Amino acid sequence: MESNTTCLEVKQLELWYGNFQALRDISMAVPHNRITAIIGPSGCGKSSLLRCFNRMNDLIPGARVKGEVLFDGRNIYAADVDPTEVRYRIGMVFQKPNPFPKSVFENVAFGPRVNGITDNLAEVVEHALHRAALWDEVKDRLHKSAMELSGGQQQRLCIARALALEPEVILMDEPCSALDPVATLKIEDLMRNLAEEYTIIIVTHNMQQAARVSDMAAFMMMEEDRAGVLVEHGPTSQLFTNPKDKRTEDYITGRFG
Amino acid sequence: MTSRYQSPSVASDGQALPSLRRRQNRLREAAIHRLLVACALVSIFTTVGIVVMLVVQAAGFFKEVSILEFFTGTRWTPLFDPQHFGVLPLLGGTFLTAAIAILVALPIGLASAIYLSEYAKDRVRRVLKPLLEILAGVPTVVYGYFALTFVTPLLQNIFPNMIVFNALSAGLVMGMMIIPMVSSLSEDAMVAVPRSLRNAAYGLGATRFEVATRVVMPAAVSGIVAACILALSRAVGETMIVAIAAGSTPKLTLNPLESIQTMTAYIVQISLGETPHGTVEYYTIFAVGLLLFIMTLLMNLIGQWFVRRYRQRY
Repeated sequence: MESNTTCLEVKQLELWYGNFQALRDISMAVPHNRITAIIGPSGCGKSSLLRCFNRMNDLIPGARVKGEVLFDGRNIYAADVDPTEVRYRIGMVFQKPNPFPKSVFENVAFGPRVNGITDNLAEVVEHALHRAALWDEVKDRLHKSAMELSGGQQQRLCIARALALEPEVILMDEPCSALDPVATLKIEDLMRNLAEEYTIIIVTHNMQQAARVSDMAAFMMMEEDRAGVLVEHGPTSQLFTNPKDKRTEDYITGRFG
Repeated sequence: MTSRYQSPSVASDGQALPSLRRRQNRLREAAIHRLLVACALVSIFTTVGIVVMLVVQAAGFFKEVSILEFFTGTRWTPLFDPQHFGVLPLLGGTFLTAAIAILVALPIGLASAIYLSEYAKDRVRRVLKPLLEILAGVPTVVYGYFALTFVTPLLQNIFPNMIVFNALSAGLVMGMMIIPMVSSLSEDAMVAVPRSLRNAAYGLGATRFEVATRVVMPAAVSGIVAACILALSRAVGETMIVAIAAGSTPKLTLNPLESIQTMTAYIVQISLGETPHGTVEYYTIFAVGLLLFIMTLLMNLIGQWFVRRYRQRY
């Protein structure tokens, strides 16, 4: 396993929404087949940074990016890169479960279909549902509406939907914030399993969760002008037990945020 | 009523004044309440009155002509001998023009809705949407003459044998008239689709067009269907354009180049004509009117049912 190699590398990344600078001078490396957690107080730009990894910020009018995000050595913001290709290889799971108002099957088949993969669709869907630990619960209702599933099931369906494209990276934006503790634990178990094959980046405001699931952690804060900066990043155990920066220590010991 | 009100000057001592004023306020509020209810009832009574009149007068017609003949007869010649009272030619004319209209309005209206909701920048949409809705404010008589004096000559270059009064020209222009209805209502339904569904699709590598056609449109389908039904209902009930441009020859045909007559245009013809009151010919317009009323009412009910359905979804 290429566990120590770099999958994504951020170099001096800056992000603006109109005149508002949301991220300032972010540089970090995300290793292959590891779970990297991005933590920090509300509004510090965690989700904004996550959306830079698959160019979702392109969809927000007035958003501008400076700097580079290297994915397997190639800058995804280079002029000749098609953002849909980036999003095809770097999947995303959102804060609130957002299944399409279609059947369970059609939800998972959506990604392959729009990317022109129509061979063995049933197998692709079944495999993705297995990987997301949802198959046993939905195998008898594949053609029923996904809206009838519970919140936790819907979120695992969204993970299956992302997995169906066999992405290399999965971005998760507070994937458990709308779920109860039992459903949360299921997703966390799932993430541990998926990390054997995928690189995962998770944004979370729940530090226990970051400590439980992640291998690497990045701590962000906002500066006076509300722009997000990266305070420190490193192995999770080190960041939580022996932080280098005073601000990280204050945050993880619950002194603010 | 006014005699019950007391002017404040009647009160001789200052103590009584506040309670008197309160009493006056209450009376005034009650009066305002009744006035507003009365205003609201005007339109309900009007509708009830129209329905009663239509039913009573149409009943007079159906005493003379059997319902079977009315609905199955293929000739409509109430003004000539021998008289025939088959409504199918009028119904056919109405459906022919309405079908042409919806064939024009559906693709163009939907495309405009997709553009406005998925592609247009906020600033562009704020200018374009009201502009498009102005189309709906043009008096229909203007559309009628536009069809007759501009579109028909244009079409005659393509179809030299086409008659001056024809279903095609009227249908096309009617389609342009209902484009704003289709686009505006469809756009409302598409904008109501949550941002999160679009993000999910973009996150899976979908293009803007795939997001619009595979996620937004299916999610908004009940609103889009409602828009089409309401637009169709408008086309079926539209009078001026077809009265001016489509002709006055009741004919059961699918050929859009021919002259036809719609139900509405027939009612106009008789209402403005010299047909003596109390005759069967005169009563025909109530039978046709009742049928038209039932058709548009049904379509509006179905359309509104669809609108409610998509509103409940999110």
